Amino acid sequence: MEILILLLALFVLSLFLGVELITKVPPTLHTPLMSGTNAVSGITLVGALLAAGGDASPMLVNVLGFIAVTLATINVVGGYLVTNRMLAMFKRK
Amino acid sequence: MSPNLINFIYLVAGVLFILGIKGLTKPKTAVRGNMLSALGMLMAVAVTLLTINDVDYRYIVAGVVVGSLVGSIMALRIQMTSMPQMVALLNGFGGGASLTIALAEYFSTLGAAPTSMADMLVPVAVDSSAFGVGAEGTFALIAIGLTVMIGALTLTGSFIAFAKLQELMKKSYGLPGGPIGNAILVLGALAAVVFLVLNPGNMAAMLTIVGLALLLGLFLVMPIGGADMPVVIALLNSYSGIAAALAGFILGNTVLIIAGSLVGTSGLILTQIMCVAMNRSLANVLFGKMAAGGETIDADEVYAGKVKSAQPDEVALMLEVAQRVVIVPGYGMAMAQAQHAVRELADAMEVRGVEVEYGIHPVAGRMPGHMNVLLAEAEVPYDKLVEMDRINPTFEDTDVVIIIGANDVTNPMARESEGSPIYGMPILNVDKAKNVVVIKRSLSPGFAGLPNPLFAMDHTLMVYGDGKKAVVEMTTALNQAD
Repeated sequence: MEILILLLALFVLSLFLGVELITKVPPTLHTPLMSGTNAVSGITLVGALLAAGGDASPMLVNVLGFIAVTLATINVVGGYLVTNRMLAMFKRK
Repeated sequence: MSPNLINFIYLVAGVLFILGIKGLTKPKTAVRGNMLSALGMLMAVAVTLLTINDVDYRYIVAGVVVGSLVGSIMALRIQMTSMPQMVALLNGFGGGASLTIALAEYFSTLGAAPTSMADMLVPVAVDSSAFGVGAEGTFALIAIGLTVMIGALTLTGSFIAFAKLQELMKKSYGLPGGPIGNAILVLGALAAVVFLVLNPGNMAAMLTIVGLALLLGLFLVMPIGGADMPVVIALLNSYSGIAAALAGFILGNTVLIIAGSLVGTSGLILTQIMCVAMNRSLANVLFGKMAAGGETIDADEVYAGKVKSAQPDEVALMLEVAQRVVIVPGYGMAMAQAQHAVRELADAMEVRGVEVEYGIHPVAGRMPGHMNVLLAEAEVPYDKLVEMDRINPTFEDTDVVIIIGANDVTNPMARESEGSPIYGMPILNVDKAKNVVVIKRSLSPGFAGLPNPLFAMDHTLMVYGDGKKAVVEMTTALNQAD
């Protein structure tokens, strides 16, 4: 239960921090913000790796793990690349 | 590796994500911010790979290879005009990842994954203690149920949003009963979550959550029209973050919680900004039609005999003598792929000493910041892209406003006509400028279905035709003048 409360505290504080940070992002960067946060939400890749299961796991778990790893990787790779592509255009001048 | 070290590295990764978003508060630091964020991701993934044991790496390697290929092809091939579609898909994948993680965790804890549909209907004898000690087990089950629910509805909702943006689905469909039908689906899914928490071994309950939430995603987004997509995408963005944070609770993983809640708040704030910019509540965007309030306004009455049209070369004559010009882009500019042509027109004016700025309404386009990205692609410097509140006071000193592909966001009825459905929506006060040029195919109404009295004003000229072609003709005429 102690761990649970700590995780909850982390969650709530992160929400407040998020509000403070995001409200300072100018409208001109809102699209890269969305694709950038898409990439960050690819952090589920960490969860996918932990949940992917091993030799002893049922086949279904392995398949679900594979799907999770694939989708999260698309978000990480696609999200960071496309955000970088957009931001480079803003940087030119 | 000791758990303390692992968690320390997760903390560093979390800090890098935060610094990454902080970098996005200024265009100059944004690229570096994105790199920092990516570095954090790399660290979190690397340390996780080092710690997992007893895994079958074949599935992981296959997933990473397929995902990297698909992700990089999407990112490098996508056109800037289609960025809303890309973000819609990424939202969906994020939701799908959280969904499958929660399911994998559920079935591996059960230890008896079904191999057929029939297996699903036979409950496994297990209680919540399999998922954690005491209250932790119950909490883990709640987190699993909610992750599955939000992940699944984000998955299907985002694919519908994609289909709408790509114009694969042009009509709006809804459940009979509209919001009530959706409410029944929500309550049904939540009831299944409660049932699962009480009977953790009941796989049919899990299947019910998945099924109802997938349907919910479909029916939530299907009735919503194209111009309301900025709100929908932002909201689904938020859901994908919330699902990730919930998945963090299932796995007791700190970095998932930090990253997920940052994404969740980002999406929510953007949703709120979009709603304020349309003067509508979130509930109204999701469940309502544009209010049908007031008497219907007859377009013929508004326009009859008052609309003046002009040719592009006549507009060029006006631009020649102008001191200050503001360009107001809308979704039509994206549709016509006219952003480069617009930049060239601006260049031609600037060469002649005209001051040119761009007035950007928050909901112009199909996602937050859509116009800014398109114009940045055309190499317009970002300091020329001026947001609504800052550009509005300058219209009185503006000689010519050129509107390309925008309509409702310039409609003065939002300011003046109290009975109008869009009354109260903040607009760009383009009618205050000395001259207004509207490039548009016809007098057809915008998303709100209203006539725009701006088009009939004395100082407004309509240029009918394709946006790109009209702009190119103006540029040519301007360059030929001396």
